[in-house]
Amino acid sequence: MAQITLIEAVTQALAYEMTHDESVVVLGEDVGVNGGVFRATQGLQEKFGELRVLDTPLDETTIAGVTVGLAVQGMKPVAEAQFEGFIYPMMEQIACHAARLRNRTRGRMTVPAVWRAPWGGGIRAPEHHSEANEHLFTNIPGLRVVMPSSPARAYGLLLAAIRDPDPVMFFEPKRIYRQYKEEVPDDGEALPLDVCFVLRDGTDVTLVTWGAQVKECLEAADELAQKGISAEVIDVATLTPLDFDTIAESVTKTGRCVIVHEAPKTAGYGAEIAARLAEECLYSLLAPVERVTGFDTHIPLFRLEMKYLPSVERIVEAAQRTLAAS
Amino acid sequence: MSIAAKFEIEYLQYLDQDGKETGKELPEFAKDLDHMVELYKLMVSTRVFDAKSIALQRTGKLGTYASCLGHEAAHVGIGSAMRREDSLAVSYREYGAQLYRGVKPREVYMYWGGDERGNDFADAPRHDFAWCVPIATQCLHAAGSALAFKIRNEPRVAVCTIGDGGSSKGDFYGAINIAGAQQLPLVAVIVNNQWAISVPRRIQSGSGTLAQKGLAAGLFCIQVDGNDIIAVRKAMEDALERARSGNGGTVIEAVTYRLGDHTTADDARRYRGEQEVKDAWDRDPVPRLRKWLEAKGKWDDAKEEAWKAECDDWMDNEVNAYLETKTQPATAMFDYLYAELPADLEAQRDFVASLDRQS
Repeated sequence: MAQITLIEAVTQALAYEMTHDESVVVLGEDVGVNGGVFRATQGLQEKFGELRVLDTPLDETTIAGVTVGLAVQGMKPVAEAQFEGFIYPMMEQIACHAARLRNRTRGRMTVPAVWRAPWGGGIRAPEHHSEANEHLFTNIPGLRVVMPSSPARAYGLLLAAIRDPDPVMFFEPKRIYRQYKEEVPDDGEALPLDVCFVLRDGTDVTLVTWGAQVKECLEAADELAQKGISAEVIDVATLTPLDFDTIAESVTKTGRCVIVHEAPKTAGYGAEIAARLAEECLYSLLAPVERVTGFDTHIPLFRLEMKYLPSVERIVEAAQRTLAAS
Repeated sequence: MSIAAKFEIEYLQYLDQDGKETGKELPEFAKDLDHMVELYKLMVSTRVFDAKSIALQRTGKLGTYASCLGHEAAHVGIGSAMRREDSLAVSYREYGAQLYRGVKPREVYMYWGGDERGNDFADAPRHDFAWCVPIATQCLHAAGSALAFKIRNEPRVAVCTIGDGGSSKGDFYGAINIAGAQQLPLVAVIVNNQWAISVPRRIQSGSGTLAQKGLAAGLFCIQVDGNDIIAVRKAMEDALERARSGNGGTVIEAVTYRLGDHTTADDARRYRGEQEVKDAWDRDPVPRLRKWLEAKGKWDDAKEEAWKAECDDWMDNEVNAYLETKTQPATAMFDYLYAELPADLEAQRDFVASLDRQS
């Protein structure tokens, strides 16, 4: 079986679902002949035609609104925002309609659509190409916000997102699009949404993260192990609706938690997890909850961006602080 | 000088403001006078409905309501030209079109009376969109619907309605732009009632007509007298036929006038003169069609009185049904959020259920 990258897993999932479900269509800027600027839709137009893999006019609002219309009329559109930083014109259609139509019509109209967007920094891109803004969507009721962190989870979660009867934001950490390969059987098996994945068992501290930072957290866990500290690593994967039980169970066991994310600290999604831990797990905590995040600044242009992104070193230090506290 | 492009916009009118034919040969549907009587009756019932709605709001039985006074010809013209399998995406005052398609007055009252169930149309086409408050966003839903029909090769048309103010928004331009690029079966009707709350048409755009905005998108464009139902209906029929047969979309500008306030929360006397409104009443679409039907011997005072009495009974019945509808349980706010309630929301829902038990 071929080993594939995360971005190839995205393509594989799209091709699988388009083959097996005629109502699945892909639309966005440059998704056709060009196969997307990151090649996520490579070869799809050739296989499925110009209407099912539609190059849209260059207008994000159009992409988002047309996606709502397609979905309401029984299609399963997968829209691409070329970069996370270009998603802002889409937000009105997503927040006001995609997320609300089921509720507004008491279930008469539904929006089984997926919005994919290459997410996050670390690829030396120009301004507006490195945004991490998942927290702007986690506060919108009616959406699912999903972020894969490996080729296998990209494949399984994207299949689940397309099959889900409700709108899903599918944020792809582009820094790890081609970071490594793994075997991903093209068997059409979806992974569950609304579930956190425990990637590494540990007993001393829980590292909670999502997206590209999963890599740093796993490396940090290796370093901590060398220092005799056993870290559990949780990939949240589906941010909303949150599987808080998995996080609570882990933190109840370890008594310590470090939340790691790329977005700014204040009102980032880590704040929500920290608040839930305070509400529901306070008496199990042995140390204050730590957050290792981007700063409350704009992500700098690429000469400084690695200073902004959470590093293995910062994660290890935070974990050590939680151990020093108790 | 060489010319890269030039254009003209047709203006369509069959009946002048006194209900006299302008001399243009009437379209086929207008020769069926019984059908025209039916359209007239719906225009009247729409007006009775509208007055009832405002009365409900004034007596505290309805939330904010956007009146359709003066738009009856435009709205009934749009709705009556469509087939049931077509899809309609409205903003929030196109009641004449919606009543024709089977939306019940009680559903309108429910939505503007604070109950989402008003949008769960019982008799209207289930693929017609809900009321859409964010201006112009519905145009893209219609474009997406049209794309779905095209992908599935279905002979259906997506229609959206929008105001003069809404035609300034990117969503409108985006919708007609992709419709032109992909030859989508889209009909966008700009119901130009001259006022976007307090902002008049002249401040809205420097475009000579609003219809011509569609030219740049590659659509057919026409401006019609929006108070002449024959003109609106004819332009709609042509546009629907063209779209249905795969020959492209259309922008129709129906020129009318908002005789009432923007909504019940508005006071139009703050920003427009009495004379302008008085002049607009002279162009009122309802008496115009009535005069024409009377001249044809198809309508008279007795019929008018009898029909209005019937409309009153109908609306009373609808109002009673609305007022008798019990409020949903508070947990309803959770029950249509997702196909299935996510486990993480169960505790919140349980709490809200306890509020219901306490009250």
